Amino acid sequence: MANQKVARAELHKSPTGIAGLDDITNGGLPQGRPTLVSGGPGSGKTLLGVSFLVNGAQQFDEPGVLMTFEENAAELAQDVRSLGYDLETLVAQKKLIVDYIHVDRSEIEETGEYDLEGLFVRLEHAIGQIGAKRVMLDTIETLFGGLKDTGILRAELRRLFRWMRDRGITAVVTAERGENMFTRQGLEEYITDAVISLDHRVHDQISTRRIRVVKYRGSTHGTNEYPFLIDRDGITVLPVTSLLLEHEATNERVSSGLPALDGMLGGKGYYRASTVLMSGTAGTGKTTLAAHFVDAACARGEKCLYFLFEESPQQMIRNMRAAGIHLQRWYDKGLLRFHADRPNRHGLETHLLEMHHAVEIMDPDVVVMDPITNLMSIGTQTDVRAMLTRVIDYLKTRGVTALFTSLATSASSLEATEAMISSLMDTWVLVAITEEERKRNRWLYVLKSRGMPHSNDVRGFEIGDRGVRILPLEESPGDAKPSHTASRPRRAPLAARRRRK
Amino acid sequence: MSDNNFALKLYVAGQTPKAVRAFANLRKICEEHLRGRYSIEVIDLVENPALGRGDQILALPTLVRRLPTPIKKIIGDLSNTERVLVGLDLRPRRPNS
Repeated sequence: MANQKVARAELHKSPTGIAGLDDITNGGLPQGRPTLVSGGPGSGKTLLGVSFLVNGAQQFDEPGVLMTFEENAAELAQDVRSLGYDLETLVAQKKLIVDYIHVDRSEIEETGEYDLEGLFVRLEHAIGQIGAKRVMLDTIETLFGGLKDTGILRAELRRLFRWMRDRGITAVVTAERGENMFTRQGLEEYITDAVISLDHRVHDQISTRRIRVVKYRGSTHGTNEYPFLIDRDGITVLPVTSLLLEHEATNERVSSGLPALDGMLGGKGYYRASTVLMSGTAGTGKTTLAAHFVDAACARGEKCLYFLFEESPQQMIRNMRAAGIHLQRWYDKGLLRFHADRPNRHGLETHLLEMHHAVEIMDPDVVVMDPITNLMSIGTQTDVRAMLTRVIDYLKTRGVTALFTSLATSASSLEATEAMISSLMDTWVLVAITEEERKRNRWLYVLKSRGMPHSNDVRGFEIGDRGVRILPLEESPGDAKPSHTASRPRRAPLAARRRRK
Repeated sequence: MSDNNFALKLYVAGQTPKAVRAFANLRKICEEHLRGRYSIEVIDLVENPALGRGDQILALPTLVRRLPTPIKKIIGDLSNTERVLVGLDLRPRRPNS
């Protein structure tokens, strides 16, 4: 009784060191107990367990034993090396022991009573050699394929988990997902402290990895499914809620590339390391506005990374040249780089990963994503928002000023469609087109801009062969002919009137 | 040693009843079927835990036939002579056995 009370008061946890996972488990896995990690083939179970061991050995001074029943040690080391883990070095430093038990039913004859004491002896020996605190069993269910007497096997597994608990070993036990159970062999019957489920789903031919803490006895935990990705830095879970808002806020300003727009933004343009959303319907000039921003940044000698989700770089350079913005020279100087990709070529986590890598390689001052709305087609709103949050957080911590264009499908959806991402943006510039007396007028206004006085004006603009020209307020069409004709500009002047009140 | 010789290793963990039984059963079977052409090495993993690695020992007791090749493994207390003989390739495997 007394024990139970203590345990409830303070459940000790073993941090996994996996970014995000320790957040959703409020500190890690239950210390001194086994945790079941189940998932289908290729869902990342093994990598999660290996990360737990490697991080334990490297960051938390907790040596580990990896007992694998699946691959041999050399193959395993090779597999995880591609993800940045050097098992051999850890083994040489006596921080890790990799033991390999392979059971092939075809070469084993069973006669009479036996037990799995061989496994116990080897595990105990390995634990004793390096003073291991962590153990991973990967995937112990394989034994069900190797041994015929499942009665003995089940009894021995029960004994094994109890044995590890008695020794205060924090263990990760991986298992294949079963048909109607978390695991094929019902291991959840033996391991009830914590259960984590991994999932690798393909939806519309695009894969997304997800993780969920199904059960965590004696502890609160995030219960959602969280997307996670596997890259060369291992596993990263994306728990939106736990992102830290700790970026340094700078007072430095950067020009939007258009003096008139800078004028609308408190006279100085955007904040450095802030996020800018430029949204509007098709053909409003979002990309041209973005190109001005890039052009100005490169002229200052800053590096720009431009993610294109619709056009090829050549197409983009050509189109901008027609509008009088010469990007080729910045490309030639190495100040401008493009990363063009079809959104539906990968899942969200792969996009996120590629963005990370591209940013890491170039170390840009400015990043443009054009248009981010294309990414929304490849995941649920929640997933996309989680991903963008992650991207933005990452860019902000690196001090990158980021501009995102967003394509609205109709004028009426302009403000609504971006509801999911607008809160992530510091500055939001809306671009619109209205028809008036057989003429299409372009508009822009600053819908919000955090931390600076900004203009309420709705300004007209034109795109000519010398780029964007923002018209003075008195020349802006809506203002000149305010709002009485049937074909009056709908969206922009309405917003303008609302704002001017 | 001629090619006919059987090199056998019996892995155990301490003097458990199962281990003692397995050794006795093995001696009996060898004397009856392999007299003069076998050797038995008993390996106690409690004393030498590292030795379990080479032969991929999981269950105990495990009998490993090192020679003649290929390597064969038989787990359990060897109480079923018929199965032990099949396992050692001294008797043809019956279908469905």
